[in-house]
Amino acid sequence: MSTSTIAAPAGTWQLDKVHSSIAFQVPYLAGAFNGSFREFDGKLDLSDDGASLTGTAKVASVDVKDDNLSAHLQSPDFFDAESYPELSFTSDRIALDGESVEVSGEITIKGVTKQLAATGAAHGPVANLQGNDSLRLQLATTIDRTAFGVSWNAELPGGGQALSNDVTILAELYFVKEA
Amino acid sequence: MKVLAISGSLRRDSHNTALLRAASERMPAGVELELWDGLKAVPPYDEDDDVELAPAAVTALRSAVAGADAVLFATPEYNHSVPGSLKNAVDWVSRPLADNPLRSKPVAVIGASTGIFGAVWAQAELRKVLGALGARVLDHELAVGQAAQRISGGSVGDPEVLAELGDLVGELANAVYARREAVAAA
Repeated sequence: MSTSTIAAPAGTWQLDKVHSSIAFQVPYLAGAFNGSFREFDGKLDLSDDGASLTGTAKVASVDVKDDNLSAHLQSPDFFDAESYPELSFTSDRIALDGESVEVSGEITIKGVTKQLAATGAAHGPVANLQGNDSLRLQLATTIDRTAFGVSWNAELPGGGQALSNDVTILAELYFVKEA
Repeated sequence: MKVLAISGSLRRDSHNTALLRAASERMPAGVELELWDGLKAVPPYDEDDDVELAPAAVTALRSAVAGADAVLFATPEYNHSVPGSLKNAVDWVSRPLADNPLRSKPVAVIGASTGIFGAVWAQAELRKVLGALGARVLDHELAVGQAAQRISGGSVGDPEVLAELGDLVGELANAVYARREAVAAA
């Protein structure tokens, strides 16, 4: 596995926010809650010394299919958007092996910073319709939400908890190289 | 700083209301406690009545909560749970959920009962409800059991209860300061 070498031109690659998504999935009862963030930003820096990926997402922009759940997610029971309006990620290592990619770094949720590793695929670079190089990273990781103080749950009448502690984060990131 | 105190008991000589009166005498410097006494006038929640011109008692309650920096609830326990009138009032305040005046607001729950448990189940349920509607709920619990022996003539005589009450309102005031700092830093 090669370290920090993406076979793409060095420089700053900005996140195309229209074609990217940052979503999460939490098992709930026998199904799952799916949600995403409407507002986020990020960039990828590639240089001869290595690669770095940074990004933020606005808690207030959380998008789930229920207004009451959205309001509950903003509250101190979950993200506490008033005190911690942003989630953030900063990579410390990006490793590529063919199309496989592993990104490790620090994620901050509700003011708590933890190390994580996300794995997935890298595609590109491909020249987009404007002739700029574009690159796609698909990343997934699973975190324990309670490690970040996002600990709400409900006891089920038959025993057990309603909501899983494990949350899968799915990032579909599409970068365009600055001209 | 203003703390709104809401008693879940309507009875004139209520032990829970007595606890809130005792709390008002133990507030930290610069913190004022206002006892809300409009619970009996709040009608049963009906979404058909939850319109721009809401019932007067509801509007008064919502503005009292909005104007306070924190809310201190004292609840008795009816059939192992929160009295219907108190839950009903909280339900009115919670609508619409996304911008209700309890949202992110520091709140604390205490309770008294004549039995030995001090309304612990009602307190736990009220905390759950307040968390669900977005309040910043203190974990601190104050369960005053055997209230008839510890509160008489509307006055709390037990020094341990008084001391714990003082600690709890101090913690509530600190939660307000912490919220202000967090908002300023965010």
